[in-house]
Amino acid sequence: MSDNMNDMDQIQLFNDQGRLLNAGLPDEEKALFCDAAPQVDAPYRGIWEKFLNWARSESLWILGFGTGCGAIELRPLMTSRYDMYQYGVQPRPTPRQAGLFIIGGYASVKTMKRIVRSYEQMQGPKFVLGLGSCTVNGGMYWDSYNTINRLDHYIPVDVYIAGCMPRPEALLAGINELKKLIKEGKGENANKYAENFEWYKRNQKKIIKDWNMPDYNW
Amino acid sequence: MLTSILTKALYTLISFFVILNYSLLLLGTMARVRAKVQGRIGQPVWQPYIDIIKNNARRSGVTHGIMFYLGPVFRLAGGLGTYFFIPVIFGSKIFANFSFSGDVLLVMYFIFFGQLGMALGAGESGHPYSPIGVARGLAQMTAFELPFSLAVIAVAAQYGSFSITEIVAAQQGGWQNWVAFTNPFAMAAGMLAFLGMSMNNPFSIVIAPQEIPIGPPTEMHSSFLGMLQTNRAIFNGAKMVLFMNLFFGGAAHPNIFIALGIMIMKTFLIYLYVVFVGVSFPRFRTEQSIRFFLGVPTLLGLIAVIQQMI
Repeated sequence: MSDNMNDMDQIQLFNDQGRLLNAGLPDEEKALFCDAAPQVDAPYRGIWEKFLNWARSESLWILGFGTGCGAIELRPLMTSRYDMYQYGVQPRPTPRQAGLFIIGGYASVKTMKRIVRSYEQMQGPKFVLGLGSCTVNGGMYWDSYNTINRLDHYIPVDVYIAGCMPRPEALLAGINELKKLIKEGKGENANKYAENFEWYKRNQKKIIKDWNMPDYNW
Repeated sequence: MLTSILTKALYTLISFFVILNYSLLLLGTMARVRAKVQGRIGQPVWQPYIDIIKNNARRSGVTHGIMFYLGPVFRLAGGLGTYFFIPVIFGSKIFANFSFSGDVLLVMYFIFFGQLGMALGAGESGHPYSPIGVARGLAQMTAFELPFSLAVIAVAAQYGSFSITEIVAAQQGGWQNWVAFTNPFAMAAGMLAFLGMSMNNPFSIVIAPQEIPIGPPTEMHSSFLGMLQTNRAIFNGAKMVLFMNLFFGGAAHPNIFIALGIMIMKTFLIYLYVVFVGVSFPRFRTEQSIRFFLGVPTLLGLIAVIQQMI
């Protein structure tokens, strides 16, 4: 990554006023999009935040976006055999309403663009679950010309589930692990993304060459 | 004067509290009933509470303009307006709400009002699927309003009154006095229209999640969605209480708790009927559901009205 970092410094994100450049957009469209970077939303303190974290962990809405072959492991979760609803987990068809983004296996560069866009459209606090070895280190695609190797260079990941493919039980175990993290107040990766926005954005722009969307997708 | 206003405010709050909690628990219970049909355990009964808390606890939100803000507000106003003009328990001061002599007309208007407000809000969200959902919703609503209006006109003509309280009063004295038995065609037309009104299967094309992500509320998130979910509970409860009053004799007993029990039993069965139909039949397309409502239910409604006129 260190070599890449030098190249990435060439990518300019902000203008003099600290607003996003949105350089990938045509001039006539720039006014249609927001040019503000994400802000850190500080959590409340004490028992109130604990209560809210409990509610967040008991009501996880998955973004229904099959990002890789692992998406096939999500479907059985809805069936009577695994029944994720009893754990407060349910699929949600739009990123605006979802709180949990499951990256189902390999992420090609083309999909990565949509992953970034969908992740940024989700409202914080939001959580990411990397499903399968491909998200950890590239897995069987580690030397592929068109897939990324480490997902957490591009969006922050809360829980990884190793395996090729992990079974639905492993996915449920991962979700339960995520619930524990949220209850302990460790599900603050939306803020981590805002704090390290430049780093993430440069990493993303490094691999996504045809960047024709705003720099931050509200 | 002041005392009476404060008493009324207190009664209204009690009535609101009861319907909100009852409806949320009912939504949770019915989700479990559906799960049982599918051989699952299903979500906890209190899941709707957690979902609403979670959505309101979201730390960020995006707005698309003033109408986007007002959409959920109109929707909630529609739900509350529907509920607050229906007497929940016949003869009870606490649960009389703000019913008056022409309330059934106002309630019918409020059922429409929320949807129109939501249509404006969803339109401004700019998401292409929202207007598709709105168009489907309004088309379907226009279709089921016809049998529903005919049923209400038949009941109003039967008792010569547009007051829900008077309609309920006329049905007292035993189940044989219920509209369901004195005017079965009106009841049939109304209950078929209720299937469309509750937007469960087979009339769930409006929010078809796999097809047009979730229809009108596609862009609604955070507390906007929390407000819509709260409204969904209240609106559902209000509609069930309205149908209980119009067709099934309302809830009446000198003891308020027994009367509440009667209300809960009747509305539970009304909702169970919707869920029963929902799990038994697949989803209609928009034009299929419009054809359905303009067919048998409308004919039943017409028969009911003609029956009252001759």
